[in-house]
Amino acid sequence: MSKVLMKGNEAIGAAAIKAGCKAFFGYPITPQNEIPEYMSREMAKSGGVFVQAESEVAAINMVYGAAGAGVRVMTSSSSPGIALKQEGITYIAGAELPCVIVDVSRGGPGLGSIQPSQGDYFIATRGGGNGDYRHIALAPASIQEAVDLVTEAFDIADYYRNPVFVLADGMIGQMMEPVEFRDMPSRELPEKTWATDGTKNSRKPNIINSLALDPAVLEEHNIKLDKKYQQMEKNEVRVEVFNMEEAEVVLTAYGTTARVAKNAIELLEAEGIKAGLIRPITLWPFPHQAFREIPGTAKAILTVEMSMGQMIDDVKIANEGRLPVHFYGRSGGMCPEPQAIVDKVKEILGGVK
Amino acid sequence: MATPVFEKTKGLTDKQFHYCPGCTHGIIHRLVAEVLEELGVTGETIGVAPVGCSVLAYDYFNCDMHEAAHGRAPAVATGIKRVRPDNTVFTYQGDGDLAAIGTAEIVHVALRAEKITTIFVNNAIYGMTGGQMAPTTLIGQKATTSPYGRSEADTGKPLRVCEMLATIDGAVFVERVSVHDVPHIRKAKKAIKKAFEVQLRGEGFALVEVLSTCPTNWGITPVDSLAWLKDNMLPYFPLGNFRTPEEGK
Repeated sequence: MSKVLMKGNEAIGAAAIKAGCKAFFGYPITPQNEIPEYMSREMAKSGGVFVQAESEVAAINMVYGAAGAGVRVMTSSSSPGIALKQEGITYIAGAELPCVIVDVSRGGPGLGSIQPSQGDYFIATRGGGNGDYRHIALAPASIQEAVDLVTEAFDIADYYRNPVFVLADGMIGQMMEPVEFRDMPSRELPEKTWATDGTKNSRKPNIINSLALDPAVLEEHNIKLDKKYQQMEKNEVRVEVFNMEEAEVVLTAYGTTARVAKNAIELLEAEGIKAGLIRPITLWPFPHQAFREIPGTAKAILTVEMSMGQMIDDVKIANEGRLPVHFYGRSGGMCPEPQAIVDKVKEILGGVK
Repeated sequence: MATPVFEKTKGLTDKQFHYCPGCTHGIIHRLVAEVLEELGVTGETIGVAPVGCSVLAYDYFNCDMHEAAHGRAPAVATGIKRVRPDNTVFTYQGDGDLAAIGTAEIVHVALRAEKITTIFVNNAIYGMTGGQMAPTTLIGQKATTSPYGRSEADTGKPLRVCEMLATIDGAVFVERVSVHDVPHIRKAKKAIKKAFEVQLRGEGFALVEVLSTCPTNWGITPVDSLAWLKDNMLPYFPLGNFRTPEEGK
């Protein structure tokens, strides 16, 4: 299939439909509006359902209903709306339902701004919902990658019976790039025998639930969930490691910021400074191994984010105290400039003897 | 051999109810389950349980069930019904769940005329959490968060859900019933049946508000509770039909 020029948000919608998404529930919030707008146009054409909910809270609970009823379902929002969805996300994780949640994130805290930001790293990787739950968080750095990851996200969700979170900063949602809708590797998926589609008086009722009043039963459920999360940590880590050979400094960044970091690496190269990049594609599970494999030539790590520093916590955990970890970030809708990253690298190397 | 003169409806499972002695949830569960069985839709039905005393309703109804977050049952039911339009979908909610934390969800499920049925159990108090004031608590009624009696000056008047929803076109069937005596229980069942028939005909959203008792948190006997409902709730929450599909035509 040939490439088409598409806006990120619309491409995400198209990828979901191609992946067999049959229901979309959302609420307007900038900068993700083109996703529900696209879905309101296109879902019915593919036999799917679109509902504009009264709130993000209602939208995620509609997702809970449709996911429990056994269909592929997605919702999208942006940062303040994602905060509202946390109640539903923990119920969905607790009840072990598959769904895809897209966050086209914007500046915060509070109402913040409508410009791109990576201030949602914590909410994407730690979650804002109650209890012991985890979900995979995918962070595309291009519209092509957004399309590929959204397509795969539905399979991952069904495979683990767990929500999959896609964290696309506002830049990914709003810019246009050529994309190709290609077939992604698909997984062997079990039939959804647990779904609520009516007993037909021929089986016991299926119950979609996250309540367990007996502490021993709930602990058992938590242990079962944890085993599943451990499988995700073992099997689902994705990372791009770039230009790492002989690197003196290792940049680490995800999403749009990783592209800016690559520009900075080119500028540094021209000045004779060798810099590498670790780009987590899954923010959770975090690519710890890539940090263990940093070459001995490296003197420091520089984490670059469109936030005041959130991923840096995971970088420090993954680094296990081996190298000094520095930070450069812009926030509030401001983007890091390649030259600013170059300057920061020189400052770091100047201080390292 | 004796022939049985009465059998429990197949719309209920054999699980023993956890409800307090004298609580009318058991009666209302049975009415809903009998209606599902009589309409022959138990095997096609997906119910949504609330948070509150009837949180465990998913163990009692003999059909597929979802347990929703507090107040979100109408949103959950919307998600189910939109992807399973051929199934019968209902929510079973209390007054804290539906008339406080879930007010937006119940208004908008009616607004969209979702083809679902809601059984709204109003006992004028938060039961499961131990007797706190609800939006439906009567003026002067004591609750653990209105220990001197509900004050209109501080908290306004009780919310009349049926009257509010009857202003929304998508709510095509709205009726308030009570279960404080046998004749009213019979009327309640008729209303519940109509509310499911409205859904089966695809006419829109249907809600039946059932006035109910809470002897435990009202602090009176089950018998006195039935009398208290009759004497105090009926004057403020008048019984009757507020909307039928015919009216909308």
